[in-house]
Amino acid sequence: MGILETRNLGIEFNGKKILDDVNIDLWEGHVHAIVGPNGAGKSTLAYTIMGLGGYRNISGDILFQGESIKDLRIDERARRGMTLGWQEPARYEGLSIEKFVTAAVEDKSHKKIREVLGKAGLNPNLYLKRAVDRTLSGGERKKIELASILALKPKLVMLDEPDSGIDVASLRNIFDAIKLLKENGSTVVLITHSLEVLNQAEHAFLMCCGKIVEQGKIEKIRKYFEKKCIPCTHENIPDLNGGA
Amino acid sequence: MDGVEELYRLSKLDKALEDPNVGHIVINLNKILDKRLIPGLEIDARELEDGIDARITVREGTVIEKPVHLCFGVTHEKAVQRIKTEVEIQENAEVLFLAHCIFPNAVDVTHIMDARITVGENAKYTYLEKHIHGEYGGTKVYPKARVELGKNSRFKTEFELLSGRVGLIEIDYETVCREESVMEMTSKVSGRGNDIIRISEVGHLVGEHARGVLTSRVAVRENAKAEVHNKLNATAAYARGHVDCKEIIQDNGIATAIPIVQVSHPKAHITHEASIGSVDTKQLETLMARGLTEDEAVELIIEGLLS
Repeated sequence: MGILETRNLGIEFNGKKILDDVNIDLWEGHVHAIVGPNGAGKSTLAYTIMGLGGYRNISGDILFQGESIKDLRIDERARRGMTLGWQEPARYEGLSIEKFVTAAVEDKSHKKIREVLGKAGLNPNLYLKRAVDRTLSGGERKKIELASILALKPKLVMLDEPDSGIDVASLRNIFDAIKLLKENGSTVVLITHSLEVLNQAEHAFLMCCGKIVEQGKIEKIRKYFEKKCIPCTHENIPDLNGGA
Repeated sequence: MDGVEELYRLSKLDKALEDPNVGHIVINLNKILDKRLIPGLEIDARELEDGIDARITVREGTVIEKPVHLCFGVTHEKAVQRIKTEVEIQENAEVLFLAHCIFPNAVDVTHIMDARITVGENAKYTYLEKHIHGEYGGTKVYPKARVELGKNSRFKTEFELLSGRVGLIEIDYETVCREESVMEMTSKVSGRGNDIIRISEVGHLVGEHARGVLTSRVAVRENAKAEVHNKLNATAAYARGHVDCKEIIQDNGIATAIPIVQVSHPKAHITHEASIGSVDTKQLETLMARGLTEDEAVELIIEGLLS
């Protein structure tokens, strides 16, 4: 059953279509990937689904568990069970990791915080009392954000470039956390242009120039992506007949 | 009732003051309710008609391990309290003063603090001033300090409003830093309603290798106003300083930041950064994407900034 569906979803900025008639159907409990070159509209799609400011003036519809959410605020969408992990997570001066991770969860126990930090690849003893501020690298903030999402146990999570800023040794932690989200019943959407991240998914969509140009099993999308979209000129939508 | 129980309860001092090794003085308006001295700490306090005149000395070479608590309270609804202090931290001494300024019932309470502070050579002095106000916004607070730092001394002060409405706060601190001394002055205040926050922090780096940081963190919401004047002045070789002011505004709040950096020695160096604006959109949307409402998210961001 589809947990999230977009129907002819479109958004324009300065008269330019950034999302153009996008139709996707995300299956509950699956790991999906949305791949495509830079500027394809992948992040815009995630921001639009989440309802971020500047991404609200849409055409078409977004259905979450069968109900339209296009008029809901971000927090209302989040309370229905969806969330977003940013490509470059925000910094918060003075806000402790402990408070950030448990900001919206009922279980604020140290045991829980330690557990999710550990699962995101962070040593709780070193991070628990630190702030989510400029003293942390982008990769560290990425893991902290992932820990906060693990604590949340969302129904749907969209992770924008989950490997961005992550060192090779830590990549395993990120992939393990994605598996764990799936095991916990979350539907996961990986926004990526990395084949390694794509390989963590079960199903993928290929985007280019604001359109979904192909979808299917990852083997098919990987082949297509390798052949047609690296590099992509952004000028033309790939020739669907010549690929996969 | 002399108010001591209310002051202890609000400042959560009960447990700390049971320790015989913790020095303290507790004042309600112009009455000294309680006092404990420990070796090396002298407090000579005199009750005035509208406050207290106190001379506080930490003797040469004395290192006081546990914080000394200074509780300046006014449990009355209307009053004026003047606290005049002369603080001397003598050579090689070390102490942390934790000042609890508590005005829980203030409808019209004015608290005037006038401090002269000298920190001797190689001495370390930390002064943390924590305010607990009532919800009426009827408090006017005028903390003023003039500080002289001796060679290689350390001075750190932090002003923080922990709870309740600001009312009116006018912080006026000025520090002169001699050779190799280090000064850190920090103010953290959050205003709402018709609160008015005025902060003036001035540092003079007059000795070689003197260092200083002025930090202000202010949030104004509803119709509150804030003005932050930070001035750092370096006149000696290798003096180093930084001014850092961040103000968040919401609703109809108005914030002003006036950082002044002045250098009159070619080998001195001072930097400054100031930002005023609404809560960062990405910070806000990240927390909202976890399920916090906009108000809850703003509250958490400001709490972090002022923590």
